[in-house]
Amino acid sequence: MLYTISTLILSLIVLVLAVIAIIHKNITVAIIAMGTVGLFTSVIFLLLAAPDVAMTEAAIGSGLTTVIFFYVLNKIKNHDA
Amino acid sequence: MLKKGLILAILIGFSLMFIPLIQNFHGNDKLSDLAKYYTENAEHGAGAANIVTAIVITYRGLDTLGEVVILFLTASVIGFFLKISKSEKDETLRFSKLRKTSELLETATKALVPTIFMFGVYIFINGHLTPGGGFQGGAVIATGFVLMLLANPQFKVNHKVIEYIESLSGFSFAILGALGAIIGLGFLDNKILPLGTFGELLSAGIIPVIYSFIGLKVGAELSGIVETLSENQSEIEI
Repeated sequence: MLYTISTLILSLIVLVLAVIAIIHKNITVAIIAMGTVGLFTSVIFLLLAAPDVAMTEAAIGSGLTTVIFFYVLNKIKNHDA
Repeated sequence: MLKKGLILAILIGFSLMFIPLIQNFHGNDKLSDLAKYYTENAEHGAGAANIVTAIVITYRGLDTLGEVVILFLTASVIGFFLKISKSEKDETLRFSKLRKTSELLETATKALVPTIFMFGVYIFINGHLTPGGGFQGGAVIATGFVLMLLANPQFKVNHKVIEYIESLSGFSFAILGALGAIIGLGFLDNKILPLGTFGELLSAGIIPVIYSFIGLKVGAELSGIVETLSENQSEIEI
């Protein structure tokens, strides 16, 4: 029961953050929301008994992808100016 | 308005297609034959305490080789398209514009980066015993590398070292797989080394060796991608 409730709450958080990542006007906020989606997804994977996938998601989904997106954003911004 | 309505109609049509799929779905009450084979044979056949690793490296080793190749192609394409402008003047100009990193970040990086690297190595060396493995360990190493670059953007990495680590690991992985076909039962067979005692560090035949190579390769590739992007930021100031 506790397991189901926690998974549901986490899924809701992920959904809300995903919508923020899509519709937010400020790209920085959107990228951070996307990174947080990765973080919460990794917790869900852990609850679903998939620690291997959780590790990958935490390292790549929330760590590396966010940093790479910021690098690219910085490059695009500087090109516009 | 009409366009949005059409898009909505198409989406609803697509979702209707999935209704029969849901109605016909019923979960398995027991393991499928393939899953049963894996769970029964992973202990004595592959000798790995972590069944996922036994499947990823031994039973589905060819898929893993394919994944490694895909990652390698991604890294090469990124390196190919992001040309780095080599000019000392641009570099100094760029770094003079950057805000100085805070004392906290620098000190924390000095303490954390070796720990993160060690954790990554731990993950891929213990891949056959505990959850995790080459890909996870490599990703963790790359995050440590990102931290290093954030704290000290001037940090220069020797590209040659990364290249050599990456190509040697990939080469050894393929060679070990081929050795399995020559000495053992088939490509990427894990019994070309003794299986050892179940649950010990040096066991499960060739799995820890291959996973170490994959970990080094993935770590080098992901670090290389981040490093290329970081160096490429200098191009903008011209």
